[in-house]
Amino acid sequence: MVRIRRKRGLRLTLQQRRDLVGLSFTLPLIVGFVLFFLYPFAQSLLYSFSKLTISREGIALDYVGWANYREALLVHPEYVRVLTETIVKMVVDVPLILALSFFAALLLNQKFRGRLPVRVIFFLPVIYGAGVILKMESTDYMMLLQSTHAGARGEMISVGASLRSFLMQAKLPEALLLYIMQGIARVPELVRSCGVQTLVFLAGLQSVPPALFEAADVEGSTAWESFWMITLPMMSPLILTNVVYTVVDFFTSGRSALLGLVQKTAFSSGSSYGLSVAMSWIYFAAIGVILATTIGVISRKVFYHE
Amino acid sequence: MSETVNTRKKHLHKAMRVGIAALRTIVLAGICYIILLPILTKLSSSFMFETDLYDQTVRWIPRHFTLDNYKLVWQYMRYPEAFVHSLLLSLVVAVLQLAACTSIGYGLGRFHFRGVNLLFSIVVFMMIVPPQTIMIPLYLNFRYFDLFGVLPDPGLNLIGTHWPFVLLSVTGTGLRNGLFIYIMRQFFKGMPKELEEAAYVDGAGPYVTFYRVMLPSAGPALVIVFLFAFVWQWNDSYLTGMFLGGKTVLPVMLESLLFNLGPGGGGYALQITGQYASLINNTGMLLFMAPLLLLYTVMQRYFVESVERSGIVG
Repeated sequence: MVRIRRKRGLRLTLQQRRDLVGLSFTLPLIVGFVLFFLYPFAQSLLYSFSKLTISREGIALDYVGWANYREALLVHPEYVRVLTETIVKMVVDVPLILALSFFAALLLNQKFRGRLPVRVIFFLPVIYGAGVILKMESTDYMMLLQSTHAGARGEMISVGASLRSFLMQAKLPEALLLYIMQGIARVPELVRSCGVQTLVFLAGLQSVPPALFEAADVEGSTAWESFWMITLPMMSPLILTNVVYTVVDFFTSGRSALLGLVQKTAFSSGSSYGLSVAMSWIYFAAIGVILATTIGVISRKVFYHE
Repeated sequence: MSETVNTRKKHLHKAMRVGIAALRTIVLAGICYIILLPILTKLSSSFMFETDLYDQTVRWIPRHFTLDNYKLVWQYMRYPEAFVHSLLLSLVVAVLQLAACTSIGYGLGRFHFRGVNLLFSIVVFMMIVPPQTIMIPLYLNFRYFDLFGVLPDPGLNLIGTHWPFVLLSVTGTGLRNGLFIYIMRQFFKGMPKELEEAAYVDGAGPYVTFYRVMLPSAGPALVIVFLFAFVWQWNDSYLTGMFLGGKTVLPVMLESLLFNLGPGGGGYALQITGQYASLINNTGMLLFMAPLLLLYTVMQRYFVESVERSGIVG
């Protein structure tokens, strides 16, 4: 009795109380978003238009307009080169990584003996292909030696040459041919950055209802047709997810030369925080444009089952 | 007549199956080799004497077997101390992030209050903004931490303490926490409504329902998020280098290994360069990865199965 009366006193409907409970679950995010995301985000934008001086009393800001941006784009000796290199590399790599991880997921989804150990190895890059290891390996002498060794060994070249002549006979355009050949040469590097994407695709493949394939089979569809008409459309939302993940991962990984430059600029010579922040804003804007275009193009083709 | 055609067809079919299986085996073996190669290279070279590096006849098996590289790296990474520190840091961060992201994911996945969609788009937005964009203001905020002017003027210096990690983790704004929230939300969204309603009918409040009914069935997603959080914190040199630079944590020690070995760090009189430096670095990386590889081997079965049932895909 007492409890009911108290609830009436608060004058909340059942739905409102449920809403409050839901809100309380997400409370950490709201606090965190405001304190550790929105606030620094706004500050960062402000910094990029300012000259920052750090003294014993704290931080002092002087508004300088577009000077930081101008310096990054027009004056800085390395920035523009590193930025374009990073973007070009990403445009080249993302399709290759996606194709490779999709292929790997298709393989791992089949039934064969020793599937568990193979899966364990395939997901290994999730463990070692991140952070400091990736960063150090990208400049490591022994690892570089290994990759050039692999290319310089006789058999690799002869396979490459015969494949090349085969593709030439297929009258593929020169640019595409070059792209494929470069992709093959960099398979090791690409395979090692596929872990999470393979994982997502594999989980997706297992969530496709088997009834769809059975129905297609009854209708006389071949495996090839089933792949294009069922598997691919069902996986298209995940392709979008993975594109976004890969682009973001690419931009934010420790391997990125640009981030190294940003960090170096910030912490090397006393008061270039503003310049460094401006650099990362240009970078962020570039990512934003690229992501928006890709999402726009892909989401038109995405098929949602439900 | 038709029988022979049938058997021939059967033979052809069988031959094709065997052919496909063989092709698959070759491709899988090749990819596995590529993935394992860096680890194998590190392992074999880490036991080599320096002269073996320049010996053209030595490839995999060292001619002069030695443990000196390990001893050197062990000493200059201050491995035991750094290991304990890293372990504690990663465990605390992983547990806090798991708790925060689970709660947030649950709120986003199972409630329909006003603004829930806005909150979810915020999560997605946080996922795509590179942490570097906000890192410098964040660094300065922690350097002069005054909680929006609540604390006296210069504020507290939290750099070099664990507070930045704790604060970021508890509020679900740490490294890649957007992804974790996303995974948890997708998982809880996919759980049957009946489960929740049954708990309510039995008189459980919303928090008890979450803790006693929903959480125990979230095992696979929890495993994935915990493992990811732990591994990424362990591997991270960016935040760790920024907030704990100069402290004895594994990623920081690994990155400064060569420096510490050289004259600047009180090691040798000359800076080590070239192949030998690479050997030392690779041995360090191996020691750095060893605990993760061990953890992964222990948890692999659970992890690989979790992937299938985690509902990452929704």
